[in-house]
Amino acid sequence: MHETTPAKVFRIVVVAVLTVFTVVPVYVMITSAMKPLSDVQGAFTWWPSTVTFAPFVDMWKTVPLASYFVNSVIVAGAATILSLIIAVFASFAISRYRFLGRSVFSTTVLSTQMFPGVLFLLPLFLIFVNINSTVGIQLVGTRLGLVITYLTFSLPFSIWMLAGYFDGIPRELDEAAKVDGCGPMGALMRVVLPAARPGLIAVAIYSFMTSWGEVLFASVMTTDANRTLAVGLQLYSTQTNVYWNQIMAASLVVSVPVVIGFLLLQRNFVAGLTAGAVK
Amino acid sequence: MKIRTLAATAAIAALALTTAGCGGGNNASSPSGSSGGGSITYWASNQGTSLDNDKQVLTPQLEKFTQQTGIKVNLEVIGWNDLQTRIQTAVTSGQAPDVVNIGNTWAASLQSTQAFMPFDDAAMTAIGGKDKFVKTAMDTGGAPGQDPTSVPLYGLAYGLYYNKAMFSTAGLKPPTTWEELVTDAKKLTSGDKYGFALAAGSYTENAHFAFIDAAQNGAELFDGDGKPTFNSDGVVNGIKRYLDLMQTDKLVNIANAQYDNGTKAVNDFATGKVAMILNQNNADSSIVANGMKSSAYGVVPFPAPEGSASDVASHVAGINLSIFDNSKNKDAALKFVKFMTSPETQTALDKPFSSLPVLNGATPNFTDNPEEAKTFADIYATKSKPLPLVPAEDQFESTVGKAMNQMFAKIASGGTVSTDDIHNAMKTAEQQVAAAG
Amino acid sequence: MTAATATPTSNKPATPGAKKPRRPRPSGWWLPYALLAPAVVFELVIHVIPMFTGIWMSFLKLTKAFIANWGKAPVTGIKNYSVALDFNGAVGAALLQSFLITCAFTVLVVGISWILGMAAAVALQKEFWGRGFIRTLFLVPYALPMYAGIIAWKFMLQKDTGAVNHFIFDNLGIGGDKPFWLIGNNAFAAVVVVAIWRLWPFAFLMLMAGLQSIPHDVYEASAVDGAKPFRQWRSITLPMVRPVNMVLILVMFLWTFNDFNTPFVLFGNAQPPAGDLISFHIYNASFLTWNFGSGAAMSVLLLLFLLLVSGIYLSVLNRRSHRA
Repeated sequence: MHETTPAKVFRIVVVAVLTVFTVVPVYVMITSAMKPLSDVQGAFTWWPSTVTFAPFVDMWKTVPLASYFVNSVIVAGAATILSLIIAVFASFAISRYRFLGRSVFSTTVLSTQMFPGVLFLLPLFLIFVNINSTVGIQLVGTRLGLVITYLTFSLPFSIWMLAGYFDGIPRELDEAAKVDGCGPMGALMRVVLPAARPGLIAVAIYSFMTSWGEVLFASVMTTDANRTLAVGLQLYSTQTNVYWNQIMAASLVVSVPVVIGFLLLQRNFVAGLTAGAVK
Repeated sequence: MKIRTLAATAAIAALALTTAGCGGGNNASSPSGSSGGGSITYWASNQGTSLDNDKQVLTPQLEKFTQQTGIKVNLEVIGWNDLQTRIQTAVTSGQAPDVVNIGNTWAASLQSTQAFMPFDDAAMTAIGGKDKFVKTAMDTGGAPGQDPTSVPLYGLAYGLYYNKAMFSTAGLKPPTTWEELVTDAKKLTSGDKYGFALAAGSYTENAHFAFIDAAQNGAELFDGDGKPTFNSDGVVNGIKRYLDLMQTDKLVNIANAQYDNGTKAVNDFATGKVAMILNQNNADSSIVANGMKSSAYGVVPFPAPEGSASDVASHVAGINLSIFDNSKNKDAALKFVKFMTSPETQTALDKPFSSLPVLNGATPNFTDNPEEAKTFADIYATKSKPLPLVPAEDQFESTVGKAMNQMFAKIASGGTVSTDDIHNAMKTAEQQVAAAG
Repeated sequence: MTAATATPTSNKPATPGAKKPRRPRPSGWWLPYALLAPAVVFELVIHVIPMFTGIWMSFLKLTKAFIANWGKAPVTGIKNYSVALDFNGAVGAALLQSFLITCAFTVLVVGISWILGMAAAVALQKEFWGRGFIRTLFLVPYALPMYAGIIAWKFMLQKDTGAVNHFIFDNLGIGGDKPFWLIGNNAFAAVVVVAIWRLWPFAFLMLMAGLQSIPHDVYEASAVDGAKPFRQWRSITLPMVRPVNMVLILVMFLWTFNDFNTPFVLFGNAQPPAGDLISFHIYNASFLTWNFGSGAAMSVLLLLFLLLVSGIYLSVLNRRSHRA
């Protein structure tokens, strides 16, 4: 199939414009991270006057970035694993069973996407406080509190996407497993999950990114002990100098794991979306 | 069945992993460190050049306190951007530290939450008596007629910092009236040098100068019933005068409209980009940290216009100490407050934090420049007026301060702000304060 | 009855030995409930109960005088709502302004993001050298943690030290004063551009997934009929990705309307009125004035609006697809 000239022009223009739009901020981030402080305090330049890697060294001292990094890794990692497990069970139930309350559950879960965060921020905070005073589990100012919050944030979309994915896996496969003597859980583990790998990866990526990037709740629910990168990065601007070069270096460093992970697994993400969300 | 067990185990393992991961954070500095009998939690505000610097300065003192009393202090230093939210969540949740630093302008507002322990006579005696504090400082402890809920810790006042070299090159003397300030600054403004720098994007700084300029005009922000009177001519003209530094006098770089905290203006001053700044005395450490010697600048009181009603040059600024009412270690907390406000600790902390003494009879030691010390001590003692000690004071800061942010933004992007515009904005601010009450 | 029993959809419940007239529930009827239980618990604790608490709070006088003892806050009925909806008063007028700005913001961001996403998806539909690389590149803004991307923009939008003014005034040599982007009226343009930069890759991703499911021979058949690319797009692509679009536009609308991160990271404490998006506005209204009852009432109004729009959107779309 040949391509007409207008189509080719269209393609080149679109690709060129969007590439520039996409790349410029990333380019600025990378080059500014390699500038000495005087460069980022004066007029902007497209290239550092001298290339230096000092910002990458100094940024750990200006704010305790390393501890924020550890917090973010633990919180996002734990939230992702738990959210994935919970979403798998829930989506399996929705996809394979018809039971009372099924549609109520699906609708409610999806409509939580609509809730403005500011509406349940303070109530959630108060509920955490009450849990602490009645059960004694400390949730405010701990990583556990953030994990529980974040895993729930990604649940609705995860369940919805996975249920769609599971629907696409033929039930005959479950039956075959049952013939082999597996129970429903056996079918889930041995048949459905292996077949749903792209969907699982997509959900995991989504959950991780949600937790890694959350700002609103982190700004209220974190203390020194559990502060995540989302809030920690903003502390650079409260120093006596605005260290834009260090801010850019830190932004770069906190982005690299997520971006690489996402880009490596993006095919799975697209496949997961196609099968799940885009049936 | 086996697989189901397996899945359950996996889930539990994952949970255990998280809780294990939290263990460290939990024990080390849980915000309600009030459980242990021999320890208290202290939230300190950021007074030094960085959060880390504060920790380094405070730790030896806290160790000394532990040695004397056996009480351990869990310290957390909190930046100003976070402090209000953190105090709010602590008030709301009751998961609070035992002792906390507050900006003294919030004292009456925070008092009205009833979350803080009133210092009654017994408590006052326990920390060494009310009379050990300078009266102006003690007056900021809470609303008049009630037991204060905070006591002074660090004293601060605004002063007009000027660059000695730039002034002598231009053949100028430091200004003694507002008019002189404007003409001097105009002479010093040329090219990329400006006469003045303002934190015009910081609502707290703007609100402070709305108050000081209004006070110089003899105007009050609240009437006797605690109702806002922002829209009075004295207040509006005071704001106009402050805005005009950028608008009509053009002696402030319009880029200052984006300065959302005082440190940026201090930077400009320390690096010789501007000839004057208005700042509290804690600017000293930042100026020196940015490479300007303490002998290279001088300080005079922020001057009032000629023939004005009052020569107020500052509000009574500073940091107070409060004890949370639900603290389970009130005795330990009182001991700690006593320790922090003792002459020895005060002397040790005033210098690194560049603060004025809040104790009677103490001499300022925050600077090695005796002239500067004298000027600030004088401003603090005789030319300072406390911000209104009413519950709605914080509302004044946020509504009026933010309105001024917008006015500066408008001026900076080429618009003009007329007296009528200010009247309208103040009317809105009054309504907002009324609605919040 | 069938609804009440949990039945594997494709499996006859084999309950040997159950000969009674009313069969007991098939074994394992509880299984789906057990599977759902963890999700239900977390949803209740984190989403549902807090939301109802928030609605309850909106009827309270929850100001700083009561916040330390919020159980004892007096009920004020609909006072918080009447203040928020009194558009002649200062509070209501500010809320209305913020709402209108958010509407304009949402229309622009969702619309332009969709157009860019669609253009990119169509441009990358056919195989060409470097396609995989370009596709990966386009996804970078979406993959970046939200705050990192916004902080980079914040740096670029600085007046004197930023890349945007440098490019327009120094590189292109356009005369005049460098404007502010983060304060004043330009703040609106700034927040729109940053939000689009962040959102369009998601539209691209979803639409690309949608386009992949269109079989090639459909296009070939229409090309034989002499259809031009634009007509192919209108008559084939658009209808085929309709299910994707339905979901995509709704999701983008909800995210954008509720957007808190972009203004929060971009403006910090400065809050120019032109960039005062509604979530940010409510957050500031609650935390700066300590009036959490009033903030809750504003949030409930926001929720009602979103429910209304989503409901109308879905019912209109459903009616259309039934007719089709």
